[in-house]
Amino acid sequence: MGHATIEWIYIGVVIAVLVYVGADAWNVERLLDVSNAPAEAEVVKVTGQQWLWTFEHEDGKKEISELHLVKGKPYRFEVTSIDVIHAFNMPDFATLIDAVPGRINTVWLVPDQSGEYLIQCREYCGFSHYQMRAKLIVEEPTGGSNVTKAAAEIPSKGVTAVSS
Amino acid sequence: MVLEVKQPRPMWEILFSTHHTDIGLLYVYLSVTALIIGGALAMAIRVELFVPGPGTLIPDSNTFHRIFTVHGTNMLFLWLIPFASGIGNYLIPIMVRYKDMAWPKLNAVAFWMIPVGAALVWLGFADTTWNAYPPYSIIRAPGPAAEMWIFGLKILGISSVLGAINFVVTILKMKHPDLPLMKTSLFVWSTLVTSIMIIVAIPTFAAALIMLYTDRLGVSGFFNPAMGGDPIAYQHLFWFTFHPEVYIFLIPAVGMLYEIIPKFSRKPIFSYQSGVAAFVLLALVGFASWAHHMYSTGMSFTEKTVFMVGTLAAVPASAMHVFNWIATMWGGRIKFAAPMSWGVGGIVLFFYAGAGGIVNTAMPLDFLTHDSYWVVGHFHLFVAGMVTMAFIGFIHYMFPFITGRMYNERAAMVSFWLFFAGLSIVFLTQHILGLYGQPRRVYDYVPVQPLIIMNQIASVGGWMAGVGAAVFIYNMITSAFKGKPAKMNDPFAIGEQYYDYARREPHH
Repeated sequence: MGHATIEWIYIGVVIAVLVYVGADAWNVERLLDVSNAPAEAEVVKVTGQQWLWTFEHEDGKKEISELHLVKGKPYRFEVTSIDVIHAFNMPDFATLIDAVPGRINTVWLVPDQSGEYLIQCREYCGFSHYQMRAKLIVEEPTGGSNVTKAAAEIPSKGVTAVSS
Repeated sequence: MVLEVKQPRPMWEILFSTHHTDIGLLYVYLSVTALIIGGALAMAIRVELFVPGPGTLIPDSNTFHRIFTVHGTNMLFLWLIPFASGIGNYLIPIMVRYKDMAWPKLNAVAFWMIPVGAALVWLGFADTTWNAYPPYSIIRAPGPAAEMWIFGLKILGISSVLGAINFVVTILKMKHPDLPLMKTSLFVWSTLVTSIMIIVAIPTFAAALIMLYTDRLGVSGFFNPAMGGDPIAYQHLFWFTFHPEVYIFLIPAVGMLYEIIPKFSRKPIFSYQSGVAAFVLLALVGFASWAHHMYSTGMSFTEKTVFMVGTLAAVPASAMHVFNWIATMWGGRIKFAAPMSWGVGGIVLFFYAGAGGIVNTAMPLDFLTHDSYWVVGHFHLFVAGMVTMAFIGFIHYMFPFITGRMYNERAAMVSFWLFFAGLSIVFLTQHILGLYGQPRRVYDYVPVQPLIIMNQIASVGGWMAGVGAAVFIYNMITSAFKGKPAKMNDPFAIGEQYYDYARREPHH
């Protein structure tokens, strides 16, 4: 043959690229893992069913097909389903986890932008799968939220200008 | 090597034959018929998604779900697998210098199970998706469609296992004693490796199908959480069969390209050993990556890491094949006749598909792409791009040997460019659609400008590919009856040896 060298170099380059991709993916996924969710994160129970989403906040407030979150606040979503498999997906925040009946899957998120976004089902679940959407509303933090409280505790010199 | 056309024979003689070329011909007819039907369903899907809003062509979402389910099932189990078996039937006995397959009657039985399975799949028209994930498929999917799908797949699975056993025995036991395995064509290796993978992989899914069926009857609850079962267990069983199955679709196409590329480059294969090594490596590592389809089911970080590493480990083997093809073509006197063009087009799309696959397996990125249109684009680049294009290239290559006539070269190139350009447009656009967040298997999408435009681009690309495929079919049919007689010792005028050991055994 006599051609082996160039092939080995090529395979070496391919493996190097793969190792880089794998190592970087491992590193990022490790940080995103649910064990790294902030301890103070609010738990939101997400339940999928044919063909709508129900959300239950920590304070017991329930929402159907609409979810209100506060910008900058950490959340843990405990996702399950009562009939078939769905997938809880907020594409604008790259959040995706399956809603599996009989299991609770957890995913966490700190919404970093306010506004109205889409929540959708991303696993085929039957007749109205394509319409299984909900509205995600991320609100700017108001008076009572953690962020402004924290800001209020900082000595007043620099903060007054910002607080409007 | 004149395989078929000595003189026209009555249809019944071919239908009831157990001769390997007759059965090969039946396989090819059946699989190309399935390609036409599945393609028509795909065209319907692209019409429906051309404009947002339900009811563009398909009146309700349930029909739409049935259409994409049958499109997928049909293309994978009635086009890709039977076609590879058909070409294997033609060439394996010739390449290992035996008079027929090891068990000709078993061979005929394996073929004739396919129309039965096909009838169940087509007449049932299930809506379970081709993965049939429970609990949907056991508690919600309407019967008898779902039962017919289960039995159809069961029969198709048995058929492919019987065919695989026949190939393994033919290659290993019936091979001419003067012919060492390392001197056989790489196509023989590809069929051998594929067949062994089928025998190892399919039984798991066969078991899962039975469990699915008893779950549907309500007498068991393997996958039904209401009865204490676990739907994720099904996904493991399913993907333990069907991730290797991806390589079962792929490897015969790779073997066919190893036939085409050296001949049309007028150079020997760059490295035979590396081709064999890559086949064996892929067959082994292909079993270590199944759960990369399941990252979002709530797997732990460790599990995800294991399956990411297993997936990445399969990439060098595929990369070795691509290197081998490029190195074979390098410095060769390449003749871009139709078989070569289709094959090289397939390699280009294979590269895109592989690159997209690396993105999918990188864990954080998978949560962007999973179950979105990205995935649809990604795996279609494999099965419609690489595998189907290599298969169609091989049909052109075999055409003169089977019919004794030449296809129309200009029509073949027109169909190639339409198909290749169309596929590139539709499936690369679908990658972007996925990044915009459009889920797969949707009857309708959010009517916003970027999604509408990209769906329309995708539809136009899809129709281009459809027209290309129609030109190809038309070319094959008309040329089979009216094409110029081929020069049988070198139909492509490339001065190459084909299969110099002509078949002399009479039909039986």
